[in-house]
Amino acid sequence: MKYYTYFPGCSAEATAIGLGLSVQAIAKPLDMELIELEDWTCCGSTPYGSLDELESICVAARNLALAEKTGLDLVTPCSSCFITLYQADIKLKDHPQLMLQINEALAVANLEYHGNLRVRHLTEVLVNDITPEVITTKVKRPLNGLKVAPYYGCQLVRPDYGFDNPEFPQSLDRLVECLGAEAVPFPLKNRCCGGSLIIPEEDLALGLLRKLLDNALENGAQCIVTPCPLCQTNLDAYQSRVNSKFKTHYHLPVLFITQLIGLALGIDPESLGLNTNLVSPSEVLDYIYNYINYITTH
Amino acid sequence: MDVGEVTRFAQDLDGVVIARDYKFMCSDPGQELIKQDIKELGLNRVVVASCSPTMHEATFRRACQETGINPYLFEMANIREHCSWVTEDKKEATEKAKALVSAAVRRVYYHEPLETREVPINPNTLVVGGGIAGIQAALKIADSEHKVYLVEQSPSIGGHMAQLDKTFPTLDCSACILTPKMTLVGSHPYIELLTYSEVEEVSGYIGNFKVKIRKKARYVDEDRCTGCGLCITKCPWKVDSEFDAGLGKRKAIYTPFPQAVPNIPVIDTEHCAYFLKGTCRACEKVCEAEAIDFEQQDKIVEVEVGSIIVATGFQVFDPTPIYQYGYGRLDNVITSLEFERLVNSAGPTDGEIVLKDGSHPESIAIIHCVGSRDEKYHEYCSRVCCMHSMKFAHLIKEHAEADVYEFYIDIRSFGKGYEEFYNRILSEGTIFIRGRPAEVTNIAETPEEAGKLIVQFEDTLAGLQRRLPVDMVILSCALEAQADAEKTARLFNISRSADGFFLEKHPKLDPVATMTDGIFIAGCCQGPKDIPDTVAQASAAAAEVLAMISKGRVEIEAATAIIDERICTGCQACLLVCPYSAIDFDEEKKVCRVNEALCKGCGACVSGCPSDAINLKHYTNEQIVAEMEGALV
Repeated sequence: MKYYTYFPGCSAEATAIGLGLSVQAIAKPLDMELIELEDWTCCGSTPYGSLDELESICVAARNLALAEKTGLDLVTPCSSCFITLYQADIKLKDHPQLMLQINEALAVANLEYHGNLRVRHLTEVLVNDITPEVITTKVKRPLNGLKVAPYYGCQLVRPDYGFDNPEFPQSLDRLVECLGAEAVPFPLKNRCCGGSLIIPEEDLALGLLRKLLDNALENGAQCIVTPCPLCQTNLDAYQSRVNSKFKTHYHLPVLFITQLIGLALGIDPESLGLNTNLVSPSEVLDYIYNYINYITTH
Repeated sequence: MDVGEVTRFAQDLDGVVIARDYKFMCSDPGQELIKQDIKELGLNRVVVASCSPTMHEATFRRACQETGINPYLFEMANIREHCSWVTEDKKEATEKAKALVSAAVRRVYYHEPLETREVPINPNTLVVGGGIAGIQAALKIADSEHKVYLVEQSPSIGGHMAQLDKTFPTLDCSACILTPKMTLVGSHPYIELLTYSEVEEVSGYIGNFKVKIRKKARYVDEDRCTGCGLCITKCPWKVDSEFDAGLGKRKAIYTPFPQAVPNIPVIDTEHCAYFLKGTCRACEKVCEAEAIDFEQQDKIVEVEVGSIIVATGFQVFDPTPIYQYGYGRLDNVITSLEFERLVNSAGPTDGEIVLKDGSHPESIAIIHCVGSRDEKYHEYCSRVCCMHSMKFAHLIKEHAEADVYEFYIDIRSFGKGYEEFYNRILSEGTIFIRGRPAEVTNIAETPEEAGKLIVQFEDTLAGLQRRLPVDMVILSCALEAQADAEKTARLFNISRSADGFFLEKHPKLDPVATMTDGIFIAGCCQGPKDIPDTVAQASAAAAEVLAMISKGRVEIEAATAIIDERICTGCQACLLVCPYSAIDFDEEKKVCRVNEALCKGCGACVSGCPSDAINLKHYTNEQIVAEMEGALV
């Protein structure tokens, strides 16, 4: 059993409830104990930093200080939380003056950060700690033949955390393949989904989403998987808007990587929150439950 | 530091007769000062506290010798590199300088006069690598009627230069200026050419190297073969040609290119049907000279040489890892070397620039700095890519009338006639865009882009993100160290710099020598460079070798190990640790003995001797202990 301090982030409990549920569901079977950080608050959020960097680092540092006390690595499934917490951590470690300033603020809450923490993304933990080789051995329902487009989004591998190639990432591909599924070539796997621009610049973001959907389908994908709650929301919730704007007929389920792992581990779809996906994954489920079953028994 | 204070400190040390502060001690008047003091004050030891002994130890030793003191009675304290340059605080630096001076003064007390020895130089030379660097060096030495062994691992000499179409900026045909030199090498009475061969082992030292060379089996008898080429014509098996960068085909029995030297084919056992399946032997049937010999074995050739020139060249960076440029994934994305073969009139398309489907491109993008000036791959500039990219633009205009777009970061046209060449290319209508492209994709966004390669880039002069549809993309790839450079470095006992290339002894003042005496480097194995620089460097290496040969002997280190035979128990532990095989065991007396001609004074045996029977001259225990005491007191 491996132990981690768990930082769910706001999405995993609301707009991306499927992520939160599936992470919790796969943790035990994969011998991970995710201990939720007590009294965690907002990570600092990605846009905050461009308005007031000091304040956003301060918000992040509160969580870092709390997590440091546990003595375990801090793991988050959310790409935005990861990038915010990770970069705050790096800045604090690199700039002692900033650390002093932030600790002055934290002192009000009787907290202090020393820089002895490792901030990690769940995908990186699955690849490096749990490892695809071990996950394979836990698979109860191999996803043989399922064609999956692994979508990394921009925040998981960029700018460069040293854990995966920012231009040609492979970690999600390895996770997909260790489940028996096929990771299709997906040249746009690390391109922008539109991010928060979906609100102020919807047309622009819909154009970006269309490119992603088109590229995944062109390569034969039956579904897209991603670890990022914002990517998933954009691709999933705005797929019908893409269709009405561009007169297209996309119907491509967008799953969290943890949901796909859960299915392969034999966990029921509802526990993985698959009923909360807006583009119905029923065809994918059909394929997994009926077709694979059929071809393996006949 | 406070030099005055250091001088006053030195004056008061035991044994010091006179301490002087002079600004340019290495200058003639400075040396004169030392000589005068030796004579007038009757000195018998000299210490200079200044820069590194690498710079001026020889200068001061000479000054001592000229006044009649043995040069080994001199000691140098390095208070520049080891002290003033690395210590910010003046007081601390002064204290450290005092410690270093005191250490040197105590040490020099125990110095003993030593005699340097000279050994004769074997006038033969080994040149490793048959590219333009190796060819140039070999010819220069051989023309002075000294024997050269030229070893090349591929079946023919010529190297990368033979693959190039034209040379910049003069647009000479590369093969036309190279092949006369190749022919000269092939027929030179003083050059023994060993192609399809590799150096396996090097032993010995400057002036007296012993080298083992593996001459791989060609399966063609070199003495019988007339080079008629009938075997090649009749061989039914086709393989991708390495010489044509995989764009063309060769046979399983082949010479890399028509002007190969020597013009003797080689059988590629990985693709020959006889070696794979045991049948065929078509070449044997047609060979009238009966030169085909399937039973031939590798041969080990042993040669003795006095000096070695390593000219093993470079390899072209493989751009596959730069996923976003699509090499190996998208059709019509090619490397610079592939383009050289494509545009060459003797190449696989007879010089016609064609796309994969056989049609002609209307627009071509050339991306500079692929793998160079990029922290992820090579930080250095490869020096030739700007120029060959512009040469490509000119050749494209000549051969194909296509639009050419050069994507550059900076144009580096530094050589003679290079800037003029750049202006010429500009005036020919090539479009230069400043910006390293983000990606090359085949995912079209507009109908005009459909079926094209689209270059996505930031035009940093216009400040715009743009997309440009083209038919072909040429990646101007970096020059990098050979994949086996580490092995080669170990073989010849030379060092490599952080970029992987071989390291010269001094970047400015000793650019072709290495840290191993008698071994020189030339050409792109030392770093990326163009043909003129390579030829100049190869000639320089040849001059170094010829200087050694014409002197005929070389001075070697006096600081050698000496075994006290009264203490030696004959355990032979030293024999095992000696990297120069300089220790012999005397069976009769049952003691070990150092061969002074071979000993390099590394000291490995001294620390390896369990009975403390070995001492290293000039690094004796007394000297080192005294030095430490001086530094600590």
